[in-house]
Amino acid sequence: MTLPTEELERLELEEWLDKPRSIDPGLSTADHVFRGSVRLIGGFVLVMTGAIGLFLGYQAIPTVGHYGLRFFTETQWQPSTDHIGIAAVLVGTIEVALTALAIGFPIALLTALYISEYAPSWLKSTLISMIDLMAAIPSIIYGIWGAAILQPKTIYLSRWLSQHVAWIPLFKVDTDPNAASWAKSAYTSSAFIAGIVVAIMVVPLACAVMRGVFDQAPIGEREAAYALGATRWGMIRSVVIPFGRGGIIGGTMLALGRALGETVAVLLIISTTYDIKIKILSAGTQTTSALIASLFGEATKRQLSALLTAGFVLFLMTLAVNTVAAVFVNRSRSGAGTDA
Amino acid sequence: MTAVETDILREEMLSPAVSNTVQPRTAAALAPDVPRIIGRRTTDEFASYLGSALAALALVWVVYCGVLAFSGTLGFIVCWWLAFIALYGLISAMSNPRPIVADRLVSVVVLSAAMLVGLALLSTILHIFHKGWPALHHLNFYTQDMSGVRPTAALTEGGILHAIVGSGIEVGIAVAISLPLGVATAVYLTEVGGRLSRIVRTVVEAMTALPDILAGLFVYTVLIISFHAERTGLTAALALVVTIIPIIARSAEVVLRVVPGGLREASLALGASQSQTVRRVVLPTARSGLATALILGIARIAGETAPLLIVSSATTYFNSDPLHGQMNSLPLFIISSVRSGQKQAIIRGYGAAALLLTLVLGLFVLTRFLARDKAARR
Repeated sequence: MTLPTEELERLELEEWLDKPRSIDPGLSTADHVFRGSVRLIGGFVLVMTGAIGLFLGYQAIPTVGHYGLRFFTETQWQPSTDHIGIAAVLVGTIEVALTALAIGFPIALLTALYISEYAPSWLKSTLISMIDLMAAIPSIIYGIWGAAILQPKTIYLSRWLSQHVAWIPLFKVDTDPNAASWAKSAYTSSAFIAGIVVAIMVVPLACAVMRGVFDQAPIGEREAAYALGATRWGMIRSVVIPFGRGGIIGGTMLALGRALGETVAVLLIISTTYDIKIKILSAGTQTTSALIASLFGEATKRQLSALLTAGFVLFLMTLAVNTVAAVFVNRSRSGAGTDA
Repeated sequence: MTAVETDILREEMLSPAVSNTVQPRTAAALAPDVPRIIGRRTTDEFASYLGSALAALALVWVVYCGVLAFSGTLGFIVCWWLAFIALYGLISAMSNPRPIVADRLVSVVVLSAAMLVGLALLSTILHIFHKGWPALHHLNFYTQDMSGVRPTAALTEGGILHAIVGSGIEVGIAVAISLPLGVATAVYLTEVGGRLSRIVRTVVEAMTALPDILAGLFVYTVLIISFHAERTGLTAALALVVTIIPIIARSAEVVLRVVPGGLREASLALGASQSQTVRRVVLPTARSGLATALILGIARIAGETAPLLIVSSATTYFNSDPLHGQMNSLPLFIISSVRSGQKQAIIRGYGAAALLLTLVLGLFVLTRFLARDKAARR
């Protein structure tokens, strides 16, 4: 049976009419304004924050041009004789940060384990907010506490270390640690004490990241470990820690980034010396941010750009550390670490 | 398999701990997974715990004070702790297999670390309030400034009104600038997107790594050295803005990202435009999260010291005009007083620190209340 031609035409027409209408109405004027202004602000923030990075990088050019590569190998910072370099300062920065990490890492890890695995459930939320509170306390508070409370106590620990484990070069001191009347001032204001104070400041940061990841360890695998007869520690070792490895590394790196840039607490504790030394117990060291804080006032234009260059190097270090941290934390959140 | 072994096996199968983990799968498949309680202490564990603690105390007392004649409370506590660990391990090993000994020792070490952190926090807070109290209970501490008052003057003279007002104005300006910019940037990153947004996100994230003192040095070099701007409250506030914008933008973005997409789609399906959706749906949904981010941001700005160290200086007189003249602020007052070496000045510094700490604690409690409100409404 064949249809009449008109009928066919009508069907064809209907087919043509049945094409879905476009449901994209386009953007209204209000939305154009909204998107435009929000994009503008985003761009402004980009320009502003980007400008700082570019500005710091730009300042490095005349400095490196003037001092050459000696800027990175010179230990002294003597503007009067134009001998300026950041070797000692960078070593001091890294020393303080690594001391902070060596002390802060185990404490942060164990505290995170306590909060996520051991604490009774009624205490858990209190402990979590306690850690958040510790992170919110300004660094100057920790600084004055460290200088007044921690330092007079820690010098005894420093002396004990220098008496008994001085065969490790790290713990040697310049004075005789066994002298009957020992010089307390030889132990104060050291990189070690600054490191301890910075450790207390970075513990909450690392602890919060680690706890967040530990809490996400799959309950099925925990139960499986228990069902196989594991003790709590056995379960933690075989389930929680492998699962949280990314968080442990990421949290530690974040803490390292923060420790590298810390200014005020370090400034309150250390006394300034410019030499590369690994004797962290003896008095005197210098970090990049403390250098900036103490010398910007009397700096000439050239020294100012040298300080900015030192700051730029510090920024690159923290940026690299934070980027690595972000990679690790994101990877652990995605659950890819489950079968690691 | 011997008869005894089968008996043990049967007993284990019937024991509540095992049946607990196996049964619920069929009986109450919908109930959430509840881990069995394994942390309850047995009498044996409790007795070894207490016994080792007392034994260690006695042992260290005799050896430390009697035989070796050491001194120092810190050393005593450390030795006690070490002796306790050793004894506890030893006693546990007498009647338990190795995994259980390890489990017990680790639980002690973990608890000690957590207590150490708590102790550090408590010690910090108590120390600040204890040392600051002599200044805090004088009313003039809050109502006067330090102009014409010698640093060594008695605590009944002078006060920190200038620092409080300075901090208030600087933080106010910094928040007024950085909050809208930060939230708008977050809205841009989550709601609008596009190729540029990826660059913005990368740069903003990178800038959270900027050491805070560099933000101060940047503002100092650009505004004060190059453009010969006066050191005013405004420049100090701008340094704070530079420090805080990446942080606020990032935390706001995290908050906005968890707003469910279904809400946005529902709003758009009802015919709302995108700007209406953001204003009426997305931002109100994220309100409490944004408030928390804002409050923690304020706490962070109020205690920020390093940039202020560079762009403003510790004055003694009262100034409430952010456009002219220098301004003091709480962190700056604290650091200059504590470093002055004068006894009365140090007490005033501690008083200011206690005030700053109170502010941070207060803001923090406020965020907890917001979080609780949110949880209750669910």
